[in-house]
Amino acid sequence: MPSEYDAIVIGGGHNGLVTAAYLAKAGKKTLLLERRHILGGASVTEEIYPGFKFTIYSYVVSLFRPEIIRDLDLTRHGLMILPLESTLTPLPDGDYLYRGADHYETYRNIARFSQRDADIYEDYSRMMYFMAKAVKYVLGIVPPDPTSLNPAELNGLLGMARHFLGLERDQFYTLVRLMTMSSADFLSRWFESEPLLGTLSASGIIGTFMGPRSPGTAYVLLHHYMGEIDGVFRAWGFSKGGTGGIAEALASSARALGVEIRTQAPVAQVIVKDGRAVGVALESGEELHARVVVSSLDPNQTFLKLIDPGILPDEISASIRKFVYRGSSGKVNLALDAAPDLACLPGAGAHLRGAISISPSIDYIERAYDDAKYGNLPRHPYIDAIIPSMIDPGMAPPGKHVMSCFVQYAPYHLREGNWDEKREAFGDIVVNTLAEFIPNLKDIILHRQVLTPLDIERNTGLSEGNIFQGELSLSQLFFLRPAPGVAKYKTPVGNYYQCGSAVHPGGGITGAPGKLAAQVILKDW
Amino acid sequence: MPIPTPFYPRTSVLCESHEWRDWSGYLAASLYEHLHDREYYAIRNAAALIDVSPLFKYEARGPDALRFVNRVITRDLSRCAMGQVMYSPWCDDAGKVIDDGTVARLAEDHFRITAADPNLAWFQDCAFGLDVDVRDVSSHLAALAFQGPSSRQILQRVLSGVDLEKLKYYHLAAAQAGAIPLTVSRTGYTGDLGYELWIAPEYAISVWDMLIEHGTGYGIAPAGMLALDIARIEAGLIMIQIDYISTRHALIPDQKSSPFEVGLGWAVDLDKGNFVGRKALLAEKSSGSKWMLVGVEVDWTSLEAQYARYNLTPRVAGRASRAAVPIYKGSRQVGQMTSHTFSPLLKKYIGLGTVERQYAGIGDRASVEVTVEYTRQKADARLVKTPFYNPPRKRA
Repeated sequence: MPSEYDAIVIGGGHNGLVTAAYLAKAGKKTLLLERRHILGGASVTEEIYPGFKFTIYSYVVSLFRPEIIRDLDLTRHGLMILPLESTLTPLPDGDYLYRGADHYETYRNIARFSQRDADIYEDYSRMMYFMAKAVKYVLGIVPPDPTSLNPAELNGLLGMARHFLGLERDQFYTLVRLMTMSSADFLSRWFESEPLLGTLSASGIIGTFMGPRSPGTAYVLLHHYMGEIDGVFRAWGFSKGGTGGIAEALASSARALGVEIRTQAPVAQVIVKDGRAVGVALESGEELHARVVVSSLDPNQTFLKLIDPGILPDEISASIRKFVYRGSSGKVNLALDAAPDLACLPGAGAHLRGAISISPSIDYIERAYDDAKYGNLPRHPYIDAIIPSMIDPGMAPPGKHVMSCFVQYAPYHLREGNWDEKREAFGDIVVNTLAEFIPNLKDIILHRQVLTPLDIERNTGLSEGNIFQGELSLSQLFFLRPAPGVAKYKTPVGNYYQCGSAVHPGGGITGAPGKLAAQVILKDW
Repeated sequence: MPIPTPFYPRTSVLCESHEWRDWSGYLAASLYEHLHDREYYAIRNAAALIDVSPLFKYEARGPDALRFVNRVITRDLSRCAMGQVMYSPWCDDAGKVIDDGTVARLAEDHFRITAADPNLAWFQDCAFGLDVDVRDVSSHLAALAFQGPSSRQILQRVLSGVDLEKLKYYHLAAAQAGAIPLTVSRTGYTGDLGYELWIAPEYAISVWDMLIEHGTGYGIAPAGMLALDIARIEAGLIMIQIDYISTRHALIPDQKSSPFEVGLGWAVDLDKGNFVGRKALLAEKSSGSKWMLVGVEVDWTSLEAQYARYNLTPRVAGRASRAAVPIYKGSRQVGQMTSHTFSPLLKKYIGLGTVERQYAGIGDRASVEVTVEYTRQKADARLVKTPFYNPPRKRA
């Protein structure tokens, strides 16, 4: 039977869209299937409350590969990344730490807590630049397997070895520390003041079920620093229209390149014949055929639900079943009748256009983790809040605002009760915590959307609500992501590929897994 | 936003150009009037007030203060008498320059260091195991450079408790302006007769007012960064991040420089005992440095000829340039001129250059890139000793 399509991509998250667009750009007749009515996966903007646009799940971008913007002409398709250039850490005693794009203003702010920290802050930033520069190379390659004796693999390893041995000695040692240490220990080699340590260490735990004192979190710190390179010094940005704006631009570009996109088209299974994928069956019963099938979903779905796991080699099936998700974060989205007024910095100001980080110390975050570790709601959670309408006025009616609050920790597995019962209690904890620093908050809330890890799982399909499609721990990175033997975008099933955040280089709105997958698929063609 | 210095209430009113720059997070006037000429000539012919408060200042105090400065600084501070000031670079372990500044000995066990960049963490780390307290006093001291041939006469009318005739070059003394205590040092960044005043911030404006009051008859004028930049190039004084890159800012190893390569070999004392970077500097001393700092004097006739090709006369007067241009030996690029300016006094186009050592012979001919009518040309130049301008009154 002739195939209707060259390629079918399952899942319209940003990586699925990237893969589909690149395949179409290479002349392949491509179909993208999305379960929901809206594209984007976890990169969606929805008007939950009339007139207010919520960047529902993901809310900031730093790592989106600039070459994808160029290759897919995304600017013409509406993509605009607006600068998000400051971080404010309000403190329980009424003080605050503010870090922004003004180098010396940041210097003076840090110096209020520690002159030493202020002095060394630039050295730290430069060191992280070196580290990001060193690791950036790895993000752009298909991970070679060090256990393989295949010449192509050895060549890849050799290239990598050459790259790392080319580092300055100090940089190499620092890289090893970064790969092995906890973010708390790593940062304590530099800094001494709690608000700075707390806020910087938070970058090491985002999306993971680890505390700042867990080894391995220093790498996550770096993962979030990667946006600093490529000549773009504003590490973090906010996509116009929310992260749904990225999905829309990608979809528009994909369509222009010839991708056929079908929403509300949930895939029931991948049709496998003689060990090769030949198409998909939709939940509606409809069957579609293609030469290649690509899944952008997480390994739980790609390997264990969409195909009969029985056809997988035992070893791989076992590894995939042991792949760790452990969703750790929740989200509270607020529609506000007026601008939030901070106790530490009352009134309007640049600080409202940046992140507001509830991270007064490492202990504060670690205690939140302690609660969550045993399945409890954190009494005092780490919160990373932004006010998108301050950055992009189109997100809310004039004078009104939306506020996006990323919360850790929200353990997927609760010790007592379930998330449907605890959802509003969780929302209350978040609002109460924020209200300590934003006294007018409770009076201006028009609408509140609380998303638990269970909600994230139900809505987006991300297992256990893990925002990275699986923990970003060193044991699940590179040639181990998602498992040895299936880390190169392929699967044991012929013509069946993976392109989501569960493959190298992992989660975040990077587009990198999607682009690398397309490269591998086209090379195999 | 950059913040005001203690002199801002006065400088802000005088700064008619409204052109400010960000100097270490402080507002620094680029120039006060429409043109910087009068400010430049105040430095060279009268007396100029230059707000240098944004400098970073550190104090080291304690029984091991001398051991500390001698561990950090490349010069031998045991030779620094009480009340003496020494200019010096300091290096990392690899002997590459971190920063340069002055070290003043305020007392037997008390030193003050000025720096262009924040250095507290480095200094404190270097003080490990020593009985010395190192702290940042940057915001505790307003600093005012008072430079020019008339500066002494004016200061004599303002200061008491100090014999300025006897205050030698690179020395300091305590003094009073009226009832205000301050420190006066015979130092500066202009290569002219001049002083720097170190004042508690709350007295800064009073001292400024006294200087203006007594200096008006002498042609006193505030001077901004543009005038200072021309003066310091004439004086052959290097600037961090312009004429060399601090090892802390370097993005690749090749961007780093040793003191020998930035013209500060004279300030490295390899015989004083161990100090940070000594081993590497000893090795470089014997193997030879890659680069040398030289003065570059552009041949005016050749410059004129390049402009004449387009029926123009040389258009080089005005502000100093910090955009580096290549220095050539024949067709080979052998270095770069990192700061360059037309000297209003010498009527020459001059610059500070970093040149590969084998091509850096004083008196050697070279050429530098000049852009005429959007086209890149080469003008003949000669490598010369600095300073370009060195009046006897500088040390008098």
